[in-house]
Order: sequence, then C-alpha cells, then structure tokens
Amino acid sequence: MYIDPHVHMVSRTTDDYQRMALAGCVAITEPAFWAGYDRSSPQGFFDYFRQLTDFEPKRAAQYGIRHHTWLCINPKEAEDPVFAKEVIKLIPQFLKCESVLGIGEIGLNKNSRNELEILDAHLTLAAEHNLLVLVHTPHLEDKLKGTKLIMDAIRNHARLDPSRVLIDHVEEHTVRHVLDRGFWAGMTLYPDTKCTPQRAVDIFEMHGTERLWINSAGDWGQSDPLAVPKTQIEMKARGHTLESVRKVSFDNPLQFLSQSGRFRIA
Amino acid sequence: MPSSTPPPITKRAVVDRYFLEHRAKAIDLAAFFDRVDRAQGDGADDFRVKALEACCRVLLDGKPERARRVLELLSDHTTEPIAKASTKGATGAMGGV
Repeated sequence: MYIDPHVHMVSRTTDDYQRMALAGCVAITEPAFWAGYDRSSPQGFFDYFRQLTDFEPKRAAQYGIRHHTWLCINPKEAEDPVFAKEVIKLIPQFLKCESVLGIGEIGLNKNSRNELEILDAHLTLAAEHNLLVLVHTPHLEDKLKGTKLIMDAIRNHARLDPSRVLIDHVEEHTVRHVLDRGFWAGMTLYPDTKCTPQRAVDIFEMHGTERLWINSAGDWGQSDPLAVPKTQIEMKARGHTLESVRKVSFDNPLQFLSQSGRFRIA
Repeated sequence: MPSSTPPPITKRAVVDRYFLEHRAKAIDLAAFFDRVDRAQGDGADDFRVKALEACCRVLLDGKPERARRVLELLSDHTTEPIAKASTKGATGAMGGV
C-alpha cells in the first residue's frame, strides 16, 4: 500500500491509474503545473482547475484511488506577473472543493524577480486561507540557489508554519537545508534528473525518515508513475524493515497531508 | 542532527548488488568523452564537458559525501535573484565551473 503525493495524472493514461492501483496505490495528490506550453489566457487555467477538481477525481475513483489536488500558476508561467495575478484571482472559488488540499506546486524556476513576486502572492493566499503549501524547487544548477531563496521568502510570512509546508524535489545538496529549517521535504524519483530510487534510499539512510516523503512526479516528460513502489522494492532489497518502507511511502505523506483536514484514503 | 543509519546490508553486498549497473555508467561516461573527442568542430572546451571532468575529480578524491559535493559543484552559488528569466530550461552546469 502506498500514497503518491505528487503526480500529474492529467498527463497520464487511464492505464497508468490501473497499474498504480495494482501496485498498491490508494491515494494521490496532483499539484497544478506547466503543460509544456504557456496558456494563452487565464480562462485556460480555469478549465485546468475544473479538470483537476472534477474530472480527475472521477477517473481515479474507477480504480479505487482517492484523488486530491493543489492549485496555483506554476513558476514556469510566472514571468508575466500581470497574467499570473489574474490566474491567482481564480483560485479562491475552487478552494471550497473538498479535494483541494492547498496551494502548489509554487516556487521558482529560474530564480527571477518576477517569479519571486508571484511566489509571494501565492504565499499570501495560502496564509490568508490557512492552507498547506507544496513547493517546487528549480531544476539542476538552479536548485540550490532557488531552494534558499524560497525558504527566505516563506520566512517572510510569519503566519506560515514550516511544518505545514513541503519543499519538493530535494537532492543530496538541499535536503539538509530544508529539514534543518523545519520544513517537510519531498524526493522526486526520475530516471535522469532529481533522485533515482537508489539515491532516495541513500538519503533516508543518511538523513533519517522524519519529515521526508517520496513521489513519482509522473508527468508528460520522462517519468515513471510506478517509481514509488519501485523505491519500496529497493528499500526491501537492502534489508530495511517493512515499518520503514511503510513510513516513507504511506505514514509520512498521510501525516503531512492530514493537516489539511481534507485528505482521505480510498 | 539527522538520525543517520547505515544500510542494513554489508559493503560486499552493496558491491554485489550495484557493481554492474555502475560499471555500465562508467563506460558510458568514458564513451561520452571519446565521442566528444572524435566529433568535428568546436565543443571540447564546452563548460558542460569541463564540469563533468571536474565531477570526475571529486569521485576520486577519497572524501565522503561525493554526491552532495558533485551537485554543489554543478550549482549556481550566486545569491541574488536574476532580473528576468530569458528561458525556462536549465543546462545542468554553471559556465564558470
């Protein structure tokens, strides 16, 4: 049994839902993200939010998987602050949906001033509505700098408790920074970038299993919606206990997500 | 401090389990450098090639936490946000490495 707390199912086939269910997935959370192209209007995001809050939960339910979501405009589309703020204005009307857990995945992409302005607008929205926050950290060479800038930006919002913020896509050079400042940390399991299942288990061995989770972040790029159960196999193969396996792939995401008051398993 | 725990398996078991996978990756890396050498035109001094060479030196320095240090080697260490993003992508290394 497992939870995949970060997966972009709008980009995956129904067959993937079936395979995930067969592998033991009982619940997922899907952050709003970049579609691979910039939307031409805020109305495009309105339709996307309807897909996340209405259509995907029904598709997942066919396989006994409980679907939840996070809403935002992804940092990749935050370079136009006027456009991005129009999208942010759409979010409150969706917050009444029971499957919406919070704001995400917000953060930075290239660590620009405009991205920081939109990150701050999202954080304000989360603080005003007392919502959980799921944070995307930048790719590759931009990750270390971006992670530090993001944590500083969150610190400027006194109403946001770090224990209600998960900073995702950590790797060996950022995980300690994130945990030491009281945040939760997520490891994303990708074939070429971010963490492999082997490295994720290395990180558990080096940094412990408190306030850490794993996710596939499966999307339209090279990714694997079965990455979480494959990491469970890697842990078992190394001799880790079933309790440890369950903690990182089920208990920890359940603990963090339950703070929303809305997270349910099938 | 983190609650660090060693892998439950032995050093020998780690080698047995992962050697062939990483033997293949070592050969892939060697073949990549060879491919750059054999190719025509510019590029041998590309910052990404130089970054990989620097990473290889970290692998052989005998010090701990190689993965963290390789990632730091490939990272942007400036602290101020950039004025404006001109691209959405990342290259994987810094030009100054």
